[in-house]
Amino acid sequence: MSQAVQTELKMQVDGTEVAFVDGETIFEITQRLDKKVPTLCYDDRLESFGACRLCVVEVEGIRNPVASCTTKATPGMEVRTGTPSLEKHRKTLTEMVVSENQNAKGPEDPIKVDPLRGFASGELAELADRYEVSGDRFQGMTSGKSHEDDENPFILRDYDRCISCYRCVRVCAEQEGDYAISVMNRGFATQITTEFNNHLRDSACTFCGQCVQVCPTGALADRKAIKSIDLPEPIVKTRSICPYCGVGCSVDMMTKGEKVVGIQPAMDGPANAGALCIKGQFAFDFIQHPDRPRRPMVRKNGELVETSWDEALDRAAAGLRDARDKHGRHSIYGIASGRAPNESAYMAQKLIRAGFGSNQIDNCSRA
Amino acid sequence: MSNPLVDMEKPDLIFCIGTNMTECHPVAATRLKKALSAGAKMIVADPRRIHLAELSHLYLPIRVGSDTALLLAMAHVIAREGLQNEEFIRERTVGGEDFIKHVEAFTPEWAAEITEVPAADIEKAALWYGQAEKGAIYYTLGITEHICGVENVQALCNLALMTGNLGREGTGINPMRGQNNIQGAGDAGAVPNNFPGFQPVFNPESNAKFRKLYGREIDDQKGITKVRALEMAAEGEMKAMFICGENTVVSDPERDHCEQALKNLDSLIVIDIFRTETAELADVFLPATSWGETDGSFTNTERRPQRIRAAVPPQGESKPDWWIFSQIGQRLGFEGFDFESAEQVFNEICSVSTIYAGLSWERIGKEALHWPVPSADHPGTPILHIGKFENGRGIFTNMKYRDPAETLSADYPVWLTTGRRLEAYHTRTMTGRAAGMDYLLPEELLEVHPQDITDWGLEDGAKAQISSPRGSVQIRVQANRRSPRGTVFCSFSFDEVPINRLTGSGYDPITETAELKVCPVRIEAL
Repeated sequence: MSQAVQTELKMQVDGTEVAFVDGETIFEITQRLDKKVPTLCYDDRLESFGACRLCVVEVEGIRNPVASCTTKATPGMEVRTGTPSLEKHRKTLTEMVVSENQNAKGPEDPIKVDPLRGFASGELAELADRYEVSGDRFQGMTSGKSHEDDENPFILRDYDRCISCYRCVRVCAEQEGDYAISVMNRGFATQITTEFNNHLRDSACTFCGQCVQVCPTGALADRKAIKSIDLPEPIVKTRSICPYCGVGCSVDMMTKGEKVVGIQPAMDGPANAGALCIKGQFAFDFIQHPDRPRRPMVRKNGELVETSWDEALDRAAAGLRDARDKHGRHSIYGIASGRAPNESAYMAQKLIRAGFGSNQIDNCSRA
Repeated sequence: MSNPLVDMEKPDLIFCIGTNMTECHPVAATRLKKALSAGAKMIVADPRRIHLAELSHLYLPIRVGSDTALLLAMAHVIAREGLQNEEFIRERTVGGEDFIKHVEAFTPEWAAEITEVPAADIEKAALWYGQAEKGAIYYTLGITEHICGVENVQALCNLALMTGNLGREGTGINPMRGQNNIQGAGDAGAVPNNFPGFQPVFNPESNAKFRKLYGREIDDQKGITKVRALEMAAEGEMKAMFICGENTVVSDPERDHCEQALKNLDSLIVIDIFRTETAELADVFLPATSWGETDGSFTNTERRPQRIRAAVPPQGESKPDWWIFSQIGQRLGFEGFDFESAEQVFNEICSVSTIYAGLSWERIGKEALHWPVPSADHPGTPILHIGKFENGRGIFTNMKYRDPAETLSADYPVWLTTGRRLEAYHTRTMTGRAAGMDYLLPEELLEVHPQDITDWGLEDGAKAQISSPRGSVQIRVQANRRSPRGTVFCSFSFDEVPINRLTGSGYDPITETAELKVCPVRIEAL
């Protein structure tokens, strides 16, 4: 059977001809073209949902604007992404969304929340800035009620800031496969919740923190990170790899000054594509725990006592030298770490092989 | 892993055995869940009804330590039904004919007696895997921590070889490595049988290469394993030891024996980020910089060396491991220990290791490639064994089922199996010091089937004593249907419940890995 050569698919975006592949949505194409089409519900890891309607575009021949995230491109389609009428429509939508959160409680601005709340937590505030929306055009009813009684130490459920974009529901179902987050009621009374409207601990939640990281308003927030909101230094992000299991998820360590204040997943991490688990997301504070030993120690009169590096290293070297000289080089053994970096394991084996000429080296993979 | 993590979204048949992936590798498990949503079928073999079992289409609740019997019987069915890939066997393997004859004896009915899984379910599992277009195998320590760990892995390889489920997207034999850099530790040569890059110490060429690189004679016999080294310490033959970043006392089997062995050394040097139970026995304790304070690289389970970066200054006077080892080497007058950065060390690894040859500090800062990366312009090798095996042909192994080192007796009538929990990592040196984790996991509990609790005169939530020939510990009992009748479970994470006092019934003769997954015990109410 011969295969027909597929002709390149083309369409027009804002008057320019653009090639696309079968199945691409208009939104994906505008993203490629850096058209800055706004959205509050899209996440490229999840199925398009079309909840926020901010990504609407005009399509020639169709009377009303269409949601670009749920509309697939077709050959010859002519799309306009930023006409004054679309921008007016988007501004009105943003005003309505912003008005929803006016009664959000707490020390923070109802809209401009601290970035420590979560990876995407600034998205609504960015849109409010872009459309110069203050929140006083529509007033009155607000939706979403916070779950203040859920005292879990990881995830703040500040639903007064919720705009029902369903990202948390979708990431929990589609990305995590946990289906812990659900929706109750309809329309304006829509409330994001869990089974039986209970605490997260009593649901299928595994505290992976994905819902926190995708929330565009900070309604779900990283409770451990926001403890450091008041530190004056700017947030600095450093790319690294999670120290727990062997999957090797990419993370951004968030620091303020010399303090590690939280972890965010790297959305472009090759192993994890933005996903993390409870350990990678929330178990970072061992790094600066007061139990960390501050100085080397040597045993004197049966007790481990602090000393200088010089003395400790001399003692370590002497211990190895004595064993070699008195009992031979095979009386020395090294155990390297499966948690320390490659450079540690390499040097451990080099000390044994280049130093003592033996292969008396192992790591913790046997237990 | 023979295949990359991204491939976990692509099989049409997933076979998980001895892996509690949703708790131990949760992010990898999300990829399997995506494959399931896309229509893949999943077989899960595990003694415990873990969450992965709940997600499966076919759950095989095997008795602890009976994996080989199950896998041999699956091979039997595949051969009997003619589902083997004759072309793959002919072109790429050796021993196929013998193996097909070998498995004739191992019927599902025979395996059902041993595994306690109905023969019909073993048949079904074999048919599903045998008929799959893309069948992928995932396993963890539930396969390897047995006296027959090597045979279990070989039995899995037999299945993949006979069906040709290797060297293609969405297939493969995929061990999930448990610790962040356990792959890297092996890659870097911290094993008794290989130089960096899996170059055997007994291979004359590689031995000559490292003799030249390191400027001295190096034994051409493999070294002893850690297990044997601890035995020799107990016997007084091992005199000095360094332990870097491992809480041996809590994580290893036969805890009492292990403690005594370490105390018996003339000199124990411990390098760690915390004063662990193991550090308490040290003559010299050297504080290492932690993750977050250290520049370097980790190599993940899919063979990808990736950069880690320091974000904050070290606590106190702690120093990076590579610096500590360099200093010790210098003080002993050894050549080649004058390193000044992690970058220099990593670049040396690349210069001596064929699988890292095309990598450099600069390159891993920009790309995360799968080894082998033989040259600087090589794009990496996400899938191993495409078209051919690195070392010639795939070899079938004709093993037989062996009982665990200890089996049930009147004194020890219950199976104990150990493992890990989502919220704790190993011996909790790290997660035990992370705020909030105890909200979800405040203490270790012994999971016991509710009917067994009644039958054995125990009480849900009350303490019990659990004993093996090596020792006893006290632990609170929890009624839990994840445990099958007659088998109990707990993790080794909590120092308050030092379950490894009980384990250590036997060791795999080749790897000397302890049979941590099987330990007959007695349980008594307190």
